[in-house]
Amino acid sequence: MGRTLAEKVWDDHVVTRGEDGAPDLLYIDLHLVHEVTSPQAFDGLRQAGRPVRRPDLTIATEDHNTPTLAIDKPIADLTSRTQIETLRRNCAEFGVRLHPLGDAEQGIVHVVGPQLGLTMPGITVVCGDSHTSTHGAFGAMAFGIGTSEVEHVLATQTLPLKPFKTMAITVEGELRPGVTAKDVILAVIAKIGTGGGQGYVLEYRGSAIRSLSMEGRMTICNMSIEAGARAGMVAPDRTTYDYLQGRPHAPTGQDWDDAVAYWDTLATDDDAVFDAEVFLDADELEPFVTWGTNPGQGVSLSDVVPAPESFDDPHEQAAARRALEYMALEAGTPLKEVPVDAVFMGSCTNSRIEDLRAFASIVRGRTKAEGVRVMVVPGSARVRLEAEAEGLDRVFTDFGAEWRFAGCSMCLGMNPDQLSPGERCASTSNRNFEGRQGKGGRTHLVSPLVAAATAVRGTLSSPSDLEADEPAAVDAALLAGGAR
Amino acid sequence: MRPVTTVTGVAAPLRQSNVDTDQIIPAQFLKRVTKTGFEDALFHGWRQDPEFVLNQPAYQGARVLIAGPDFGTGSSREHAVWALRDFGFDVVVSARFGDIFRGNSGKQGLLAAAVSEEDVERLWAVVEAAPGTEATVDLESQTATVGDVTVPFEVDAYTKWRLLEGLDDIGLTLRDEPAITSFETRRATWRPETLPVK
Repeated sequence: MGRTLAEKVWDDHVVTRGEDGAPDLLYIDLHLVHEVTSPQAFDGLRQAGRPVRRPDLTIATEDHNTPTLAIDKPIADLTSRTQIETLRRNCAEFGVRLHPLGDAEQGIVHVVGPQLGLTMPGITVVCGDSHTSTHGAFGAMAFGIGTSEVEHVLATQTLPLKPFKTMAITVEGELRPGVTAKDVILAVIAKIGTGGGQGYVLEYRGSAIRSLSMEGRMTICNMSIEAGARAGMVAPDRTTYDYLQGRPHAPTGQDWDDAVAYWDTLATDDDAVFDAEVFLDADELEPFVTWGTNPGQGVSLSDVVPAPESFDDPHEQAAARRALEYMALEAGTPLKEVPVDAVFMGSCTNSRIEDLRAFASIVRGRTKAEGVRVMVVPGSARVRLEAEAEGLDRVFTDFGAEWRFAGCSMCLGMNPDQLSPGERCASTSNRNFEGRQGKGGRTHLVSPLVAAATAVRGTLSSPSDLEADEPAAVDAALLAGGAR
Repeated sequence: MRPVTTVTGVAAPLRQSNVDTDQIIPAQFLKRVTKTGFEDALFHGWRQDPEFVLNQPAYQGARVLIAGPDFGTGSSREHAVWALRDFGFDVVVSARFGDIFRGNSGKQGLLAAAVSEEDVERLWAVVEAAPGTEATVDLESQTATVGDVTVPFEVDAYTKWRLLEGLDDIGLTLRDEPAITSFETRRATWRPETLPVK
C-alpha cells in the first residue's frame, strides 16, 4: 500500500522503531528556539551536565517578549529583560546561533526559518511553540513541543513519539477575488472544530491549495494547531522550490539536485489511505471572521452572529453563550455592523511580505477610520526592510497606521502591545481566546484584506464593501496583486 | 520525576469545554525563567471572579480537576502543566485533551486521564451534590472513583509505564545514543545546518 507525505517524512527520520506500544525515536533536523519556552530547558541541561548535542541544527531568535518600539533602548519591563538576557547567556554558553533584537535576521521564529532557507521539504522541524506547524507548508513535518521536549531535543536531537494519524483536507476549485488562505483555514477549523484534528497531521490538498503561494500555504499550515492537529503539511512542488532556491541556507549545486530528486518522491501516493478525509469547495468560500472566543467559532463575514441555540452539542451551546457574553455580541447582529477599536496586522499567521502587500493594496491612498488604532507589525526585521524598500511603510503611515518593529506583538500581548479591557480588534493573528490580546480584549480573527477593509470603514468589512463605496479603486487594487 | 500511582484528594468540577492554555496560564506569566512557583498564575483571569470554582471553600486543596472536553488546547506552553502542578493538582480528568498539553503532562508527572463525556457528567454530578468529596484515581487499574461512582480512564500505555516508574525521558533516549550517532552518519548533506552562518 502507498504512503502519505506525512508517513514518508516520518519513516525517513526513525532512529529506532518502537515495539510493544513504545514510541518511535524520531530524528529532528531543525530546532528553533526562542526566549519564552527555553530558559527552563537550558537549566535542565546545566543541572544534568549535558551539552547541546547539535548546535549546528539549532537556531534561536527573540520574538515573543520583545518590544516593537524603541528597540535600541533597554527593555523597560524587568522580567522581560531578564528573559531576553537569559536567552543570550544560554546561547553563548551552549554555542547556539542567536539573532537578537536589532539583528537583520531577528523576527518571529516561524518567519525567520523559511526566510533563511532553513525550512525545506522532507525535514523534521520542532520549536517550543505550537505554531511550528507553519513550516509544514514546505512539506516538512513540523510541530510544537513543550519545554521538557525542548530540553530533550537540545540533549539528544531526537524525540520519542508515536506516529500521528493522517487526515486529508482537500480544497478544490478557485478562490474568489478577496478570498484568501486565511479564509480557507478559518473555514476548515469551523468545519472540523478546535478538537477535530487531535492526534492528526493534516495534509492540505486540491487545486485551491496548489494555486496558493508559499505565504498562503504557511498561513494555512500555521493554524492547523487551531483545529487541534499536531501538524499541517502541503506536498512540495515547483512553487516550493522557486521560493526556496537561492535563500542563504538552501542547498546548492549537487546537493540541490539531490534534494529536489528526493523531494519529488514525497507526494502522497495515489493508493495511500488517509485515516480521515474532509472536503471543502473553494468556489463557495467567502471572507471569514470569528465571532467567539475559540478559532472554531467563525462564520462568513456576510453572516450574522449565531444564536447559541443553533448548535446541537450542549457544550457548544454553553461555549457560545459564554463567548457572546465575553464578546459583548447579540445573536442575530450582522457581523458587518460590528464596529472595532483596533486593527492588528501581524503575527506568524500573516506578517510576511505578501501579507503586508495585500494589506497595503487596500489601504493605499486611503485614510483609516476615525478612532480606530491600526498597528502593522512585520514578521521579521528582514520583512520590515523589504517592505520599506517597496515604500509600504509610507503607505501604512500615510493611512494612519503605526509601523512597528518585528515580533509576535499583539498576537499574544506578552510585550506592551495589548488591547485594553473591552477593546475590540480585527486581528490577522491566530487566536481569539479570552484575554489573548490583553485582559478583557475582544478579538475577531480575519485575513489581511478584511483587516485592511475594516481599518478603512471602522466596522468589520470585506474589500467588496469598499468596492460598493468606490468601485474602480478596489478593482485596481485587487488586480494589482496581493489578494491571493 | 517522582512516580505516580494512586492519587486521593478533593475533586473540583470545571464545567467548561475548550479550556485553552491561555486560560490555564495567561501570557503575562510566561516571562519567568523558573520552573516552579506558578500557583498564583493558574486560571489567573477566572480566579478574579469570587464565584469561580477554585475560589470556593469546599474545593480548597483540590488534587483532581474534572473538566469539560478539549482541555489544554492552543499554545504549547508547558507552564500550564507547571501551574496546575504547583497549585496542587496531580490529575486532570477530561473527555479530550490538546495533544501538546497531554504530552507535556506526561513529562511532568501530571496525569491526564481521558474518560467519556457521559462519565465526566456522572463524576460532576457526584462532586456537585457534595462539594469537597474526595476522588481516588488509580493509575495501575486506570479507574477514577468519586463517591460510589467508578469510571475507567484511558492513558497511553507508554506514558502509564513512565509515570508508574517515574522515568526520565532523556535518560531513556540516551540508552539509544549509538543508534542516534549511526543515524547522523547517514544524514544527507542537503539537509539544513544553521552553522556556519550564511
